[in-house]
Amino acid sequence: MALQTLNPSARSLRRSRVLKDFLKSTAVTFLAAAILIAFLLPFAYMLFSSLKTKEQMSELGTPLWPADASTFTYKDAEYDVYRVPTEQGLRDLALFKKGLTASTFIDPANPEAEPIRWTGSWRALPRSNWKLAPHWENFMTAWKQINFPRMFGNTLFYAVMTLIGMLFSCTLVAYGFARFRIPGKDILFTILLATVFLPATVTVIPTYTFFTKIGWVGTWLPLIVPTFFANAFDVFLLRQFFLTIPREMDEAAMLDGAGPLKILTSIILPQAMPALIAVSVFHIVWAWNDFFGPFIYLTNRPELQPISVGLQKFNSIHNTNPNLTQATSLLALLAPLLLYFVAQRVFVRGIVITGVEK
Amino acid sequence: MFSELSRPQKIRFTKLSPLARKEARIGLLFLLPWIIGFLAFTLIPLVASLVFSLLNLTLTQPEPLKFIGLENYQTLLSDSQIWSSLLVTVKFAALALPIGLAIPILLALLINSKYLKGRAIFRTLFYAPAIVPFVAAIYAWNGMLNPDTGWVNRLLQALGVQEPPTWVNDPNTVYLALVIIGLWGVGNSMVLYLAGLQGVPSELYDAAQVDGAGWWATLRNVTLPMISPVIMYDMTLATIGLFQYFLVPLVINSGTGAPGNATMFFNLYLYKTFFAYGNMGYGASLAWLLFAVILVATVILFKSQKYWVYYAGESR
Repeated sequence: MALQTLNPSARSLRRSRVLKDFLKSTAVTFLAAAILIAFLLPFAYMLFSSLKTKEQMSELGTPLWPADASTFTYKDAEYDVYRVPTEQGLRDLALFKKGLTASTFIDPANPEAEPIRWTGSWRALPRSNWKLAPHWENFMTAWKQINFPRMFGNTLFYAVMTLIGMLFSCTLVAYGFARFRIPGKDILFTILLATVFLPATVTVIPTYTFFTKIGWVGTWLPLIVPTFFANAFDVFLLRQFFLTIPREMDEAAMLDGAGPLKILTSIILPQAMPALIAVSVFHIVWAWNDFFGPFIYLTNRPELQPISVGLQKFNSIHNTNPNLTQATSLLALLAPLLLYFVAQRVFVRGIVITGVEK
Repeated sequence: MFSELSRPQKIRFTKLSPLARKEARIGLLFLLPWIIGFLAFTLIPLVASLVFSLLNLTLTQPEPLKFIGLENYQTLLSDSQIWSSLLVTVKFAALALPIGLAIPILLALLINSKYLKGRAIFRTLFYAPAIVPFVAAIYAWNGMLNPDTGWVNRLLQALGVQEPPTWVNDPNTVYLALVIIGLWGVGNSMVLYLAGLQGVPSELYDAAQVDGAGWWATLRNVTLPMISPVIMYDMTLATIGLFQYFLVPLVINSGTGAPGNATMFFNLYLYKTFFAYGNMGYGASLAWLLFAVILVATVILFKSQKYWVYYAGESR
């Protein structure tokens, strides 16, 4: 260092900076990777747990990965192997005869020898020699028990119907806000944005009561119909995009005699494809994960419930099978995660438009 | 941003030319779906819940329906459950809000660092958990935080912690556990901050460097003020969300409020009053109390803006 300051040759200075940058970049990348691994650990937990047996889930001191404890086959019968504390230290012995206060074990290495009597409760002993054994059949069991095809169909139906409602209403409203001179439009737009900040709690009681009175509770209607009346988030995103489309084309079409609806469908919408895709992707993920609405409106109709609610119901019945819970969770998140990785650019862009440019 | 883009409209309907009037009428027709929706699903329910709160309305209605004035609000004042659940909510928010604001900012700073290799991959993967269905995420974390078999405690034990916390089973650690669960969906805020950071003009950083500002001084005097509008937006939505928080405890322990009454959040109590006991009038008065509290909090936040939020190009 001292040499360099005495003899400040540009090359050595640059070299030291390159080295410093390299070290910094390595440190930062390592730090980020470490945090990321910790952050994504639950995914590994879900996958590993979903492949375990019910026994491994509840037993202490078992491997993190899905594994089966070893058994010993002797004279056509299978015996579980336990780690038994004996006078010769810990030994892996097969449980031959179970007893309440004392049990008989045989040594798998020398089964013909005299059986070993051990005093104590065998239930307190740990199993031993865990071997990797993923139980893929858990997914089949979960698939059948939760009636996954029906629930998948319900979720898809919910997502598609509300997507149609949202696209239909939000493009109309966004077009109205983007292209027409209306007295008081700014006030209306401010009200629209303000609804983002309105706590949903304050409207849920009358809305639910109303839907009960007209007999809609227990049907899809209270979940689907409101999406045909636009929402602030998607209207805002679409309007921002419509404003970037030059007006000249509208005006040219207008001179050719096109009406407002014609201009929307033949000029605006084709050019707004990126924005339409963005709101659609967002909407599908939202609908796929939506819990509270279906939970309150479809609570007594298991045959109509989407995945999110079905998962919760399944777990409240089968909470003694945490491995199956994790398997169903994985099945449920597969579709949105796949959509995300395919369309992640669209995703990030959409969040930025709605959040930053407001 | 929007106010700059749309033309100023200070015109009255009656003074418009026939052509302009036609344009306004067609425009309103396009806005109609939203206007109807706003009336039907926002404004009318809002007023209706205020009216409900003045009635003895219940689902079964054993007594004849009548106007009872402020009786529900009087009951509310002496209902100890309300104040304890409001306290639970505030206590949780006091922990969740600062962590929930700081972590996405720190993550965004990390991902925005010019020293980070593979930024796009990190951004994609850090966002991914936000896509996971809410219920699935809760079960994943409930398993991770299981006191005996969960990976978190197994890690802590491997690191030499003799008695790791029992997380959701212990009133002292349950809020931290809920915050950790909530942090899994940090991706949305993170991406917002990331966009905010990328919008900071690089001249400002050059100027800070010329002035000899270090990392911390640059963060404090350049970065944070420049992204303060995003912080404001995120903080407002987070505050409103926290006052209404209850879905995670509802799913984790079926809304019993366990351990103790530590997770009997205000909105959970409201939910039970309405859905479990069918008391609509009283439930509505709870909803309006919550609305009032949120409104006050939001107004305070908005008023505080002038002290800490910097809007470029605006003279506030």
